[in-house]
Amino acid sequence: MPAYYLEAFTVTLGLVLLLAEAFFPARKGKAWVGIAGAIGLAGILASAFLTIGPEGNPTANWASWPMWNFYQFDSLARFFKIFSLLTTIFVLLMAVDYRSILARFTDHPESENGTGEFYCLPIFACAGMMWIASARDLATAFVALELVTVTFYILVAFMRRNIGSLEAGVKYLIIGALSTGFLVYGIAWIYGSLGTMTFDGLASALHSPGTLHTTPLLFGIALVLIGLGFKVGAVPTHIWIPDVYQGAPTPTTAFLSVGSKAAGFVLLIRFIEPFLDGFSPVRHEVTGILAILATATLLFGNFAAIPQTNFKRLLGYSSIAHAGFLLLALAAWQPESINSLGSSKSVAFYLATYLLMTLAVFFVLGQVRVQRQGEAIADFNGLGKSNPRLATVMTVLLAALAGVPLTAGFVGKFLVFDLARNAHFWCPLIIGCIGAAAGFYYYFKIIRAMWWIEPDSSAATIVLPRITQISLIMLTAAVIIIGIYPEPIYALLR
Amino acid sequence: MLAILVFLPILACLAILFGAPARLTAIAAATINLVIGLLACCMPKSEVWNFSLTTLEKPAIHLSFSLMDGMSVVMILLSVLVTMAAVLSGKVPAGREKIWYASILLIAAGAIGAFASTDLFYFYAFHELALVPSFLMIGLLGRGDDRREIAWKITIYLGLGSLVLLVGLVWLANLTGTFSIPEMIAAGPVDPSAQKGIALLLLIGFGTLVSLFPFHSWAAPAYASAPAPVSMLHAGVLKKFGLYGLLRLAIPLAPIGLQAWLTPLLILLLGNILWVGLITINQKRLDSMLGNSSVMHMGYIFLAIAALISAPENPLAKSAAILLMFAHGISIALLFGLTDRIERLTGSIDMDDLGGLAKAAPSLALIFGIAAMASIGLPGLANFSGEVLVFLSAFKNYDPMTGLGPVQITCILAIWGVVISAVYMLRAYRRIFQGPSLKSTESVPDLSLTDRIPALLLIIALFAVGLYPNLLLNLLK
Repeated sequence: MPAYYLEAFTVTLGLVLLLAEAFFPARKGKAWVGIAGAIGLAGILASAFLTIGPEGNPTANWASWPMWNFYQFDSLARFFKIFSLLTTIFVLLMAVDYRSILARFTDHPESENGTGEFYCLPIFACAGMMWIASARDLATAFVALELVTVTFYILVAFMRRNIGSLEAGVKYLIIGALSTGFLVYGIAWIYGSLGTMTFDGLASALHSPGTLHTTPLLFGIALVLIGLGFKVGAVPTHIWIPDVYQGAPTPTTAFLSVGSKAAGFVLLIRFIEPFLDGFSPVRHEVTGILAILATATLLFGNFAAIPQTNFKRLLGYSSIAHAGFLLLALAAWQPESINSLGSSKSVAFYLATYLLMTLAVFFVLGQVRVQRQGEAIADFNGLGKSNPRLATVMTVLLAALAGVPLTAGFVGKFLVFDLARNAHFWCPLIIGCIGAAAGFYYYFKIIRAMWWIEPDSSAATIVLPRITQISLIMLTAAVIIIGIYPEPIYALLR
Repeated sequence: MLAILVFLPILACLAILFGAPARLTAIAAATINLVIGLLACCMPKSEVWNFSLTTLEKPAIHLSFSLMDGMSVVMILLSVLVTMAAVLSGKVPAGREKIWYASILLIAAGAIGAFASTDLFYFYAFHELALVPSFLMIGLLGRGDDRREIAWKITIYLGLGSLVLLVGLVWLANLTGTFSIPEMIAAGPVDPSAQKGIALLLLIGFGTLVSLFPFHSWAAPAYASAPAPVSMLHAGVLKKFGLYGLLRLAIPLAPIGLQAWLTPLLILLLGNILWVGLITINQKRLDSMLGNSSVMHMGYIFLAIAALISAPENPLAKSAAILLMFAHGISIALLFGLTDRIERLTGSIDMDDLGGLAKAAPSLALIFGIAAMASIGLPGLANFSGEVLVFLSAFKNYDPMTGLGPVQITCILAIWGVVISAVYMLRAYRRIFQGPSLKSTESVPDLSLTDRIPALLLIIALFAVGLYPNLLLNLLK
């Protein structure tokens, strides 16, 4: 089966659900749309293991289609397709258990009538993310990226009777549009300098630079990095993150923080690779820009997270901090070799561990919001007493986010630090260590609130709905297993 | 087999969290581990102990356990003994059985995993794993009103210490190009120009974990406020990780670098022995006295390490350090266990509120007496053999022609520490057990059978090693 069927299936699934949602009677609520979407995506996920590119079957008549001129299917593309599908499935499931809040802030507060689209839009965003992973040139990638971003404009502002969600939507729209401008402008400069927009073309143009003027090229690269920095949450276009994360509905925040960030990073990997190869004339400059961005992101994300009291906002800063670690891995660019996984696969690995931990934390956060009506760290007070099992799970997850050894989070950080030390990036490495130490402080603040602070007398015992419960167990088990035995993710990357 | 030793407590911990009877599961796991640990002492050379699983291909990292030498065997024996005692000690607050036993097992698994790992990655990782439940237990179920601040303090203190250590370890791995500890050691000392920096990082990192003066201020309050099993495991076993790491990594890989820091180390260890020793005398509460005494006794082990640094061809110093680590681990665990018992019997731990306890609880008094004597270093008990060997090893390379070296001078000063520990231990014993009975101590019951079993287990170990130190020394050859 050719690989682009996956995107076709995904878009079809989204359209079918959108129509079905509109025409079926609304008496029974809308949760079934989310469940159906998750099941459909799970089917596509299963078929992702069966798809092949033209290399897999060169004699098939589809293998010679011009489609493959702007679509590729390598191990990284397959990995990020699986990644996007998995993220979207969990986000849909999360949205199902979050629907009471969604319903309250949409048009018909007493019914679920206004919530149906919330389950369909992530599927379109997912198709966009999958396409980004396969893009062969900047134009295709840009279109796919806009599909994701435009979908998110709606998803962020979905709770339209909630002022916080609207505010987040406006902020996301303005800064998103601005960074899109940067991105397009940068692409134009790069096209002007090198005369091509395909990633392969960039590599070959740099290979024989001739009379290349590096200044306009570097200007273009810097603009693109700023534009992509918006997607991944890197300094200096990170400023939207805390407000948008806090205001958006929790499933959207989870989707932004995992799916959107990963899409940004896969594009960043594809884009930056030609410029960082050994023969590139601008290698040192690009490495320098990336290292500065990584260091600034690490410093800002980790230190600004320390005084936060709202957990969702804290996760926003933590997401910036994680982007800093990922950028550090890219700045310390190394191709895959015998004793190193290489930067692109290390980033993929880190993102996979980040998916597990972050989605699980957002599942818990969503239920705390639904059942305790709050998202502050203080709303976790005494969870160890009222829900000891949930608090244990949460402790494991937060420890993983902080990077405690034998959890998935440590392996990811370890790979990044390993790359940085191979590249002799001592200064960013030390700042990364300091950032990780700060991370211990702010994540453990929540552990402290759960176990050591007495709950308010009014704080309700949290009863986890079945879907959240199962997802949480699966994700937490994966965090521990990957922490001890990371081989499964390696197998996916091969 | 070593994999069983490490993963059995983790599995038991999961079983407890998912509803297995907490106490029973924990005791069963600890007993099986004790049996396996004793087996390891009987046949340390066997192949059955080795376990290896490649968990990361690039860079190559293996989840591998093996008994690298006698030092691993002794530390594992110490871990399983103290785990057994810790599981049986302490009073579980009602309704908190799960978290209590799960934490104890997790700490034990982390400690055993660190001592058994032959890969730098897991060596570090397992130790960190053990720290998290310790913090939780102190903050959650500890004693005293300021336990949360103390738990927070040690979280930050040990977190920073571990981070310094991590930088040192990453540097080591970078220089040697491998994460396998046996391969590193086989390759010999690293590049001399980097040794000084590595040695400093490892000394501060491991030193913070072992409460080397002046990085010791977390220890006494933490032990005083931790629940009994956590104090036992942390002071008895987990703290030895730092010393184990220095002996395992720093001394073979950075000998020249360590020599550059020998004089500061000697001054600091005297700070442990004399300065903290004097502070210990001044303590009014039994638990903080024991916490400080445990900091003080680390000084002797550092003295053995210093002797090893000054003269690398000094096998006696290494044996002495390991023997004393074992002896101290057992005796401090016993003392913390008994302290908890005293508090539960009389409701107080303040020595001013206690007195004449020997009349009402003679066997408690006897066992505490033995433990106190062991801690002072009375002949016949394990600590004596350890301390004597430490002092002897410091003088091993003494040459009358050149006069006293810095290590010998430090040793002479350190011997006064024995007097200091005799002062505080005997004073504590007199104030708690002798003299007229007070109202609070008149009618307390003696130790019950369940309290005696863990105490006896540890006392047997103390006597066995004290009377026949070759039991352990043969393993170390």
